[in-house]
Amino acid sequence: MQSRLVPYFLLLPSLLFLTALFFVPLVQTVSLAFHGGDNFGLSNFTRMADDLNFQDAVVNTFSVVLVVVPLQLAIALGMATMLRHLKRGRDIVLWIWSIPLGISDLAAGLVWLAVLTDQGYLNTLLFRLGLIAGPESWLTYETPTALFIAIIVAEAWRATAIVLVIIVAGVQLLPREYGEAADVFGATPWQRFTRITLPLLKPSIQTALILRTVLAFEMFALVISLGGRNFPVLVSEAYQWQYVNQDTGVAAAYAVVVMLISLAATLIYLRVLRTPREQLP
Amino acid sequence: MTQTKFARRSLLLSATALLAGADAACAQGSMDNTVFLSTQLRPLEEAQNVREVILKGYAGKVDYVVDEPAPFAVRVEAEMKSGRNTSSLLGALHGELQPLEAIGALAPLDDLATQLKDRGIPAPLMKLGQLGTGHQVYIPWMQATYFMVANKQALPFLPGGAKLETLTYDQLAQWAANVQATTGKRMLGFPAGPKGLLYRFFEGFLCPAYTGGIVTTFRDPAAETGWANFAEIWKHVNPNSTNYNFMQEPLLSGDVWMAFDHVTRLLDALRQKPDDFVSFPAPAGPKGRAYMPVLAGLAIAKGAPDPQGAAALIDYLSRPEVQITTAQSVGFFPVVKAELPPNLDPGLKLAVAAISATQNAPDALPSLLPIGLGAKGGEFDKVFMDTFQLIVLRGQKPHAVLEKQAEAMRRIFAETGAPCWSPDPPSTGACQVK
Repeated sequence: MQSRLVPYFLLLPSLLFLTALFFVPLVQTVSLAFHGGDNFGLSNFTRMADDLNFQDAVVNTFSVVLVVVPLQLAIALGMATMLRHLKRGRDIVLWIWSIPLGISDLAAGLVWLAVLTDQGYLNTLLFRLGLIAGPESWLTYETPTALFIAIIVAEAWRATAIVLVIIVAGVQLLPREYGEAADVFGATPWQRFTRITLPLLKPSIQTALILRTVLAFEMFALVISLGGRNFPVLVSEAYQWQYVNQDTGVAAAYAVVVMLISLAATLIYLRVLRTPREQLP
Repeated sequence: MTQTKFARRSLLLSATALLAGADAACAQGSMDNTVFLSTQLRPLEEAQNVREVILKGYAGKVDYVVDEPAPFAVRVEAEMKSGRNTSSLLGALHGELQPLEAIGALAPLDDLATQLKDRGIPAPLMKLGQLGTGHQVYIPWMQATYFMVANKQALPFLPGGAKLETLTYDQLAQWAANVQATTGKRMLGFPAGPKGLLYRFFEGFLCPAYTGGIVTTFRDPAAETGWANFAEIWKHVNPNSTNYNFMQEPLLSGDVWMAFDHVTRLLDALRQKPDDFVSFPAPAGPKGRAYMPVLAGLAIAKGAPDPQGAAALIDYLSRPEVQITTAQSVGFFPVVKAELPPNLDPGLKLAVAAISATQNAPDALPSLLPIGLGAKGGEFDKVFMDTFQLIVLRGQKPHAVLEKQAEAMRRIFAETGAPCWSPDPPSTGACQVK
């Protein structure tokens, strides 16, 4: 009897911790979002949706996520496959590739700002090469395409490593027999990749996609440092309403929207990428 | 076991004793010393400067205590209601003292005002210190404001007949256009970044300069002209402006040649390269050279334990030499007539010159920081930034935008009931957008 209860006792601290520091604030945030002034209702959501930056924030957030997440997955798969074929020095290459994992959001943003600002490294390089006559601006409201590309590049640089690490872990678990069998039947490398590696990697890809997508919907510091006021996203708007406009209700409404989007994305991944038990490697 | 228990208990006891001792010492200190409670000069370094540099020459003993604006107001009110005052002298911004006057927490200072007449505090500032009551409620302490700085390389491009001290918004537009025509670059800059103070430019400079008011005249035809003209000026503004928070940085790097900002956000540029820059007041519009004074005042709490000490401190802090020390050590400027020493840091000298030129301009039109908005201050600022974004960045028609934003403005005043402040005419109830 007692030994059956032990696991629950061991789980108790983490459950208490999550309840106090995650669940309670979550309930409070949702309740804040639905209390405009003294009334219960949708007034915070109406104000959020009526705001001039709301539409931009939604469009910007989704465009970045839709471009950057598939891009990161493709890059990470490519990198993982390359790693697999390395005979020597795999660890050191993997180690170098994971450096961005240890760099904070804000630091990454500032690094790229130093590269892309008017007097930055990129302009210096282009100028030395004789490609531009003077400083070019990349991050202004007049250059939305360049700004968007800059954010995609910076985000890919910063956060591909997490996808890579998950995929590499998955690749290492793949049994060699399937590949060898495919070789026997004369499969091309591309066929091996699409017919064997990818389907077997589905659980890892699912994990990587969920993690990356949820985090991408929450992007903030990098976008703020590169785009400032020019590239509003959902979380930066939540920050703006909380700390600049000092309206906690609307900020909470944004938080609820971000949470719902993340939940929906997670559910979609769970459903679309589910692997039947019998297909697990 | 018992030994550790004993050790623990004795540790606890000694800790309690230490705490109690500290408490007693604290109480003892506030019995003898004049307590000076301030919302200004809060950062550790500045507070230390107040204690060790500014108050060094004062004969009496002072406890300099700082608090953020919101807890400051709560504390003063609580002390008044409980009748157990500890703070004698209160130092805060004009807008922070006004609500304290409204609840009757401040003692009248008319005698002190007469006594300090020879200090030469400008009459308009003294009048602000009356908070519209007819009695002196606070004595102006120190001030700051916003002004413009230009790189000397930009001066040859000034339009014919234009002078820096009497610049108008139209001339500023022409000046920036001339610079762009020759250099091919947009060299005018505004702090429109996420942490920039551009909304203060609209609230205290552009809108009152065109309309003579802030809230009541928000959607005046004159306001439409002002915004339309600013959109014209913006054509010559460096597009990186929406990333600028402190204009001293792009000024120093040479990305902009002319810039507007708060003195503390320009001072670095002036201090590092005083020979490269000139400083001058913000431009004037049809209704005058509107500017936003940031004025801190000194008041004495009603029921203060040491009103004589507080009055003596006000006398001390408003001495010209102490005011100069204040400017040198913390970057806030004198309110009294003070002869600045010839060896003053040349950067500081430039800032002082611009502030004094702003105040003493014949067409000067002081327009104050928002008063009585409380937590809605952020939304008030947002109205101006949204208007800017829609008219200037997105090119929408000023008329429609101002109509829509006027609704947001009305809502803020309906919720707070805040009365109008200068230069809007005084209102009996909440301030109304006409």
